[in-house]
Formats: sequence, C-alpha cells, structure tokens
Amino acid sequence: MPGIEFLIKALTPLNLLLAVGGVVAGTVIGALPGLTATMAVAVLVPLTFGMEPASALIALGAIYTGAIYGGAYAAVLLNTPGTPSAIATTFDGYPMAKRGDGDLAITLACIASVTGGLVGAAFLLLLAPPLAKFALKFGPVEYFWLAVFGLTLIAALSEGSVLRGLIGGCIGLLLSAMGTAEVGGDIRYTGDFKSLLGGIDVISALIGLYCVPVLMDLVATPDPHLKLTHEVAGFRLKEALNIAWKAKGNLARSSVIGTLVGILPGAGGSISSLVAYGEARRVSRNASNFGKGEPNGILATESANNATVGGGFVPTLVLGIPGTPPDAVILGALLVQGIRTGPSLFSEQSQIVYTFIYGLFLATILMLPVGLVIGRYAFKSIVSIPKAALVPSVAFLTIIGSYAVHNNAHETQQMVVLGLMAWVLGRFGFTASPIVLGLILGTIAESGFVQGYLIGNAKGSALMEFLTRPLSIAIIAFILLTLLYPLLKSRISAPKPPSHE
Amino acid sequence: MKSLSKLVLVTMAVAAGVATAAYPEKTINYIISFGPGGESDISARLQEPYFKKYTSGSVAIQYKPGAGGATAWSQINSAPGDGYTIIGTNLPHIVLQPLQKDVGYKTDELANVYWFHFTPDAVVVPAESPYKTLKDLVAAAGKAPGATTFSGSGTNSANHLAQQRFDKLAGIKTTYVPFKGTGASNTALLGKQVSGAWSYTTVSVQLGNQVRCLGVAMEKRHSKLPNCPTFKEQGYNLVSGAYRGIAVPKSTPATIQKQLSDLIGKINKDPEFIKKMEDKGFAMIDVPLSQMDAFMAERKAEYGAIAREMGIVKKK
Repeated sequence: MPGIEFLIKALTPLNLLLAVGGVVAGTVIGALPGLTATMAVAVLVPLTFGMEPASALIALGAIYTGAIYGGAYAAVLLNTPGTPSAIATTFDGYPMAKRGDGDLAITLACIASVTGGLVGAAFLLLLAPPLAKFALKFGPVEYFWLAVFGLTLIAALSEGSVLRGLIGGCIGLLLSAMGTAEVGGDIRYTGDFKSLLGGIDVISALIGLYCVPVLMDLVATPDPHLKLTHEVAGFRLKEALNIAWKAKGNLARSSVIGTLVGILPGAGGSISSLVAYGEARRVSRNASNFGKGEPNGILATESANNATVGGGFVPTLVLGIPGTPPDAVILGALLVQGIRTGPSLFSEQSQIVYTFIYGLFLATILMLPVGLVIGRYAFKSIVSIPKAALVPSVAFLTIIGSYAVHNNAHETQQMVVLGLMAWVLGRFGFTASPIVLGLILGTIAESGFVQGYLIGNAKGSALMEFLTRPLSIAIIAFILLTLLYPLLKSRISAPKPPSHE
Repeated sequence: MKSLSKLVLVTMAVAAGVATAAYPEKTINYIISFGPGGESDISARLQEPYFKKYTSGSVAIQYKPGAGGATAWSQINSAPGDGYTIIGTNLPHIVLQPLQKDVGYKTDELANVYWFHFTPDAVVVPAESPYKTLKDLVAAAGKAPGATTFSGSGTNSANHLAQQRFDKLAGIKTTYVPFKGTGASNTALLGKQVSGAWSYTTVSVQLGNQVRCLGVAMEKRHSKLPNCPTFKEQGYNLVSGAYRGIAVPKSTPATIQKQLSDLIGKINKDPEFIKKMEDKGFAMIDVPLSQMDAFMAERKAEYGAIAREMGIVKKK
C-alpha cells in the first residue's frame, strides 16, 4: 500500500471527528430533495479554510460521500432522488418501500454505498495516474456516444412502455435545448422569457418532475404514504448482508462501472448509476423483477454512485480537472488552501494526498454505522409522520431546494411548472426518469456532437472522427449490444420448433 | 425637476455618508454570478479574509449562476443600495452580452466601483506538442487554413475574442472549439483532442509542466511564467484578458461607492494578497472609481469593434 505511514496521520482524533461530522452533515443535506452534494460541499467549504489542508480535505470528502449516500433516502421513501445520482435508485427503491421494505432498502443502500465508496477509493489510491490518462482519451466524440448510450438505456429500462419511455426521453431532449446553447450561443425556445436564457436547470427539473406528482397524489388519495407491515426494530442488517453477499458480483461490477464513469470529467454519478443499473438488469436472471422492487437494482445504483466519488477525485487530483461538480468546488477550496493539483501532487505533496485518500476510506467506513442509524431514523419518521405534516414539509423543501440551486426564483418557477407537467403526463403513464435523463444527456450529447463536428471538419472529415476512433467504436458496440440484446435473448431462449412432425 | 432630484440625491448621499461613517460594519453580501469553484469564486474567496482585516465588517459569498452571469447582473439594480450588497463583474462579459442580445441589463446600468485584476489571455499547447514556439504554430496554421484547432471556454467569450483577434493579427485561419467552462476546455487540451487552447495565464500556471505556454497577452512577462514570451515580444500587439471587478446596485450613494472602491484598492495593495493572486497566475490592475468612466469607455470601444467584426452584434 503506498503511503501507509500516512494512514496513521489520518487517524488523529480531530480528523476522525471531522469525518464523522462530515458524513452526518452530508447525509442529512443529501437526503433533502433538491439539496445536492455540490451544494452540501459549497455551503460547508468556508468552514474548512481555517483547517490544515489534509483535515479540510477529509471533511470535504466526508461531506461529499455522505451526501451521495443521503440522496438514496428521498429516492426510496419519497420516490424523489435527493441528488441526481440517485435517479436510478427510485426504480426499485420506491417499489420496495411501497411494499413495506423501505427499511431493508435503506440498509441495502447503505451497504452498497460503503462498498462502492471503498472500491472507488481503492482505485484512487492504487491506480490514479494511469486512470487519469485513460480519462483523457475521451474526447467530445466519445462523450457524444456515451450520451447516446445513456439514451438507449432509457429504451431498455422502460420495458412494457418503450414508446412512452422514448417520448419522455424526447421531451427531456427538447427541454435540454432550451436557453442559450452551450456551444454556439444561440438562444432557443425561450419565448422571450429572460428567466429561460439560462435554460432548464437539472436540479429544479428533478425536484419538480419527481416530487410534485408524489405530493399531489399524497393529497389526492386517502391511504397513508407508506404502510408499515412489521415492527421497526433492527436495521434488518443480517437480511441485507445476506442479499448483498449473494449479489457480490453485481456489487463489484457496479462499483467498477461507477469508478470508471466517475473518472470521466463531466459524466458523474447520474450516468454511472444508470449504466450500472442497466448492466445489472441485463445480466440478471430475474430481469423482469427490475423496476418492481428488486434489491439488486438498489445495490447496483448505490454502489455505482458512491464509487464515482473516488473515481471523480482521479482527474481532480492528478490533472487539476474536476471529475464531478462537487469536485469543482473542492478543487477551488484546494487552490485557496494553496495546494496545486496536477501530476506532481502525488510526488511533491504526497503527504496531503495520501492523508486525504485514507481519510476518504475512513469516512466511507464510518458511513456504515452513521448511515444505518440516520437511515433508520429517516425511515421511522417518514412512515410515522401524519400526511398532514409530511406533505407541507416536503412541499416547503421543494421550494427551498429549487431556490437554493442558483439563489434565484427562476428555478422555483421552473420546478412548479415542470411538476404540474409531470403530474399531467403521469396520468397518461409517462414517468419522470426518461425526461430527466433526456435533459441531462441532451446537453452532453449536443456539445459532444458540435465539438466533435468542428474538430472532425478541421481534420478533414467529421464522419471519420465519429466512426473511426477506437473508443468510439467500443461505445458504439455497447450501444448496439444494449439495443439488440432483448432480440437476441428472445431468439436464443425461444423454444426451437420441432424438426419432425 | 432635474435639479430637485439632484438635490434629493445629494441629501441622501450626505445622510448616508453620516450614517455609514464606519462602512462596512456588518456582513456584506458578495454575489458571484458564476458557480462555486470558478475563478471568480476563487478570487472572492481570496479577498474575503482582507475585508475582516481592514474593516469591522465581513463578506458572505453567495452564488447566482445562470446565463453566463447575466442572470445575476440583470437583477443587481433591484437590490438595496446600502453598500451591503455587492456583485462581482467580469469583462468582456458585461460589454459583449448586451451587444448580442437582450439579457435584461445594459453595460452602463452596472455601477462598477473597481477592477482589481485580470487573467491575461494565453496560448497553451500540450507539453508533447510539435509546436515549440508561437512561430511554429503560426507557420502550421498558415499552411493548412482551418486545420489548427483551439479549445476555449464558451462562445463569444474572452477566449473566443482572443482567438479571433490573433487570427487577424497573424493573418491565419484557425478553428475555435467552444467548451463549457475552463475545466472542459483543459480536458480537451490535455487529452490532445485539439492542437492547443486559448486560455488564461491562470490555467497555464495551474496545469504546470503538462502544457507549454507559447504567448501571453501582457505588456511584460508574468512573474510565474518567466519562459512564456508576450505576444508583443513576438510582434503581435495583443494585450487582453478577462477582467474582474466589483459593482454595486445603482442606487448606492456615491460616498459608499467611494468607500468601497477605496477598500478594494487597499486590499489590492496588500503584499500578502498580491503574492497569493500572482502565485495563481492572476495579474493585478487597479481601476478605482475615479478612473472608471474612462476605462469603461476604452473597453467598450475596443470590444465593440471586435464584436462587430465577428458579426455577433444583434440587429436593432
């Protein structure tokens, strides 16, 4: 293990305290719909300026990793992802909560998050420089194909109503085109509203599309929000550990996917958890259970999104390029602290780097007890608060959360409008996830396409640029596999017609 | 009527001057029109402790990103003009944006009180690039028009402007590929997806020996990049960059504007602060309130001329 001597340095009482405090603060902020990991880190950054660089980094890493895990609570209990990383956790988490297994789902999320976090941190510790080199091989064209890959997953994930899923995805793509184009600067679909010049914000869309319909349905139906089918006593830890052990292949695969997507600057937790979910479902023997409360779905998404934490630090520390939005804030904090990131960081300031990485391990391990306790408390309070208190509190949070995105009422207005739209669409069987994914992936696909086109034309042929780069070919192969797999599978498993009469 | 309103203004200013003799005495709300982690944020973070050092007040930094800064700038004049709401402003943004489209504010409506530093434009290439000097790059671009690609942050941004101006000065044609923010532009640069990047001295300092700086748009070389020649040395008259300053709501009394301008000036002269800024690749400038009108007139004329050449000025 490189820099093991720094493990001892990481274990000071102050650093331990910061790690616990960071995980608790992060988990709570991440659990509130609309308050994201980026915000949790940004809000708490000034507190770290007075600290030693390594302690500050440990606190920030702990907040970040806690917030990504905390996002699962709202996803499971309210069907609203607390952070964009938890979008895919709603697919199986909420159905589990509906049937009375919300506590099990949260314990599973905790175990998966810790596993993913440890795998991501291990990659960061052992392989950061080569992984950063790999990340740089992804150019605009690869980001374009990666986004297309994400879009094909919408089709694959919305089985039963593929058409509705695709229409939802298209709505999301159209929404992503609103505002000032990222590349080119054209103004599109703003209807002369200045508040739309900045486009539709993903977080406000997330809150509106998921949370508002849930709130309206809560008010419209007399049933309690979640039924309690059993006495809430333990954490159901043993049961959860059993499930997790049986799914160790899934956990390992999802954690690696999470790390690898995490190292790509700009991709982040929402895409990694989606890809991991898609893969888990593809290889599962019970693929048809996915989306109906399959524990493996939660294990896949939650291990993948926490693995992006370690993965995202790879380009941040090695190249000085933030891997995920929270990393950008942490990078800014590093600069203010006077730490220069870059290839020389690992050799010249190895003490800070390794103290930080071991601190991240520490925070991730601490997340297990802390997460279980907070998770149980969150579950108990959500199932026991009367609806009359639950609905207004969550509604209040949606307003606060959407305002906090940019400290601006524009995003709150968007949130309300999109929420009403989602409720209406929900009447016709459209779900929020394809829309949000279209919104997130549309932006990535568009800039990737335009940038790839410009570079390709400068080199002589845009078409060659898109179709002949080795990594592009690999991603295109995955896209074809995802699209054709259901067909191939049904071909193979279909009973062969008898050859003799 | 006019003289009456003037009288009212003067009275207000005097009254405010008396009331706020010890400005600032509480927390100033410092709005950053971009997200956390960017260069505007970092410079504000670096200024923050000096507000405490030099006054009995402090600052709280608040982010209002959106539409390349326009969201926050279009709202600043509706904030109370008591000196406790201030906002970071950026050039060329606040000149170019209103020229291109209706963004909800006009350049002259922003009450800038100080420009405190700028990030000079710089051309950087990957360390392994075949272009050892600016001359190599210009020669290659001259042979194959359009084939040399530069990444940069944003469309019609400071980077874009610099690329356009340099192309004109050098008589070459290159392809500008806009990315979302400096981070994404750097990724493309380090991954060698592009031939080079139009970027800033700060980026060159931050990326260190992963990149080679071929030219900086400064009068003299930057102290942190002694091996990077200026464009002027190489025969191109290019001195430009992205400037950062502070503005207040228009309704802020003149005395407070003056006090704030003096305060920022004081912070900008603190040797420790200057060192921190220059270590990160920033270049200090001092444009206090008294020189503001002349400075802005000059900038507006210069950016306006380039914008018209680029054809990005909106049709009336």
